[in-house]
Amino acid sequence: MTLLDFARGPALTVSFAVFTFGVAWRLLFVVLLPWSRDRAPARAAAPTAVLGAVRGFARHLWPRKAFAGAARFTTVNGYVMHFGLAIAFFGFAPHILFLQSVFGVQWPNLPSGLISVASVVTLVSLVLALGHRFASPVLRLISTANDYFSWFVTALPVVSGLMAVSHLWAPYEILLAVHLLSVALLLIWFPFGKLMHAFLVFVTRSETAVHYSRRGTVL
Amino acid sequence: MAEPETIGELLSERGISRRGLLKYAAYIASLMALPPWQSNAIADALAAARRQSVIWLSFQECTGCTESLTRSFSPTLENLIFNLISLDYHETLQAVSGEAAEEARRSAMRENKGKYIVVVDGSIPTRDGGVYGAIAGQSMLQILNDTAAGAKALIAVGTCATFGGIPHAQPDPTGAVPLTSLIKDKPIINISGCPPIPEAMAGTIAYLITFGRLPDLDHLNRPKSLFGNTIHDRCYRRSFYDKGLFAKSFDDEGARRGWCLYELGCKGPVTYNSCATLKWNGGVSFPIQSGHGCLGCSEPDFWDKGGFYHPLSTPTGHPTAAVGTAAVAGIGVGAVSALLARRAKRKATSTGEKP
Repeated sequence: MTLLDFARGPALTVSFAVFTFGVAWRLLFVVLLPWSRDRAPARAAAPTAVLGAVRGFARHLWPRKAFAGAARFTTVNGYVMHFGLAIAFFGFAPHILFLQSVFGVQWPNLPSGLISVASVVTLVSLVLALGHRFASPVLRLISTANDYFSWFVTALPVVSGLMAVSHLWAPYEILLAVHLLSVALLLIWFPFGKLMHAFLVFVTRSETAVHYSRRGTVL
Repeated sequence: MAEPETIGELLSERGISRRGLLKYAAYIASLMALPPWQSNAIADALAAARRQSVIWLSFQECTGCTESLTRSFSPTLENLIFNLISLDYHETLQAVSGEAAEEARRSAMRENKGKYIVVVDGSIPTRDGGVYGAIAGQSMLQILNDTAAGAKALIAVGTCATFGGIPHAQPDPTGAVPLTSLIKDKPIINISGCPPIPEAMAGTIAYLITFGRLPDLDHLNRPKSLFGNTIHDRCYRRSFYDKGLFAKSFDDEGARRGWCLYELGCKGPVTYNSCATLKWNGGVSFPIQSGHGCLGCSEPDFWDKGGFYHPLSTPTGHPTAAVGTAAVAGIGVGAVSALLARRAKRKATSTGEKP
């Protein structure tokens, strides 16, 4: 069995299973936790819980003016990184084929040149995010191994993907295998580290929004 | 009249000029990626060389490799057999049969001990003592061991002989193995492909006769000059891959426009061979030019790589059962964890502790 056979076969199968197990575990655990009942009476003009959650989530998409200066870089850089990653992941033809083989749906791909630009922008954005984390004393203080490893497993598929497409430094079959293995590593780490925010961000922001909207606080 | 002793004498007797020999030598030099000045050396070496005794052993194979060799345009099979080599044993091409054929092999082995070249096509069955393949009452395994013992070098042609090929594919009922698994003490050149490119076979044989040594080989014992690049690297459709233009089916607009066949399962990016440059039938075409993706037939275990029409970026496993089990396990662990948390909270509340 070659490295590519291993990556396309057992490695992806195991990573899919670990990812599914971890996500199911953590999401169900959060949903079934013994939430404290909110005993404060709702304000007369308070929106319903669902509307409050949606409003609060939308409001959190951009910082308020008071925080705009401090949060501008992390907000803009975060959007650049996430949109770049989304374009590269959902727009590249081989990725669409991968997703089609798993979920059975497909859509038109973007030109490879655009994908390469999006990937490079994503990589630059990731490097800037890491640099900002190192440069900021506060961020450095609160950063843990979880943060750095989550950054690493996110950056690795981007780097290996760019190398595979460009046929840089190693034969394509090795680069493709390394790329697939990096994706497998990301999937395995995903539910247990900070990457789980992709799911939990909806829970945490909604919960906060409901809490405040019930008290008539406009976020 | 005495038999000509060298290839040069033989060629002049047949009216082939020095100029003809030089043209042929230039082609061999080009084929094997040698510098142009080597063509003179090749011509001189060929002229002085004796015709090489070759024993061709066919084992678990479909005769496709021999069929391919008979379509070699340069050097042609006739040129190879009549001018360069003495093909002393080849079950498909030889005129004699039965005991006379076997005697021809034994005779060549006796008379050219330590000097003859053995060409093998087909994998060798080894399960149960090799009983699944026999010729003239002898197992293929025995024939190979006997014949290889006195050989100068061996050439495995075709993916069956080089990597086990289709007989070696799962479930491999005969325990088929490639030549390199059995012969460890002789130089071996692998010319893989299903079938190999005819010029690759003929050119490698010519190189071996000319220089009396092996060409530069890759990690799978294949000549680097022929297997140094992937099909993808040399494919004329490569620009469409780079632009992200792919045929989605074999009869859509993209297919008619000659776009990249990656999405239809082409294995060109991971397959090392010269199909895109040497092509077939004298350079007329090759599979991708004919509209079908590369099967990756010159790579080990190509039959068991997850399907010819599954793109390279897709998983080859069947994760449904594993993912389903993982989902049930995750739901179970999540539910139990939450229930334990609830119980802990209830207990803390009843005892007045801070939960």
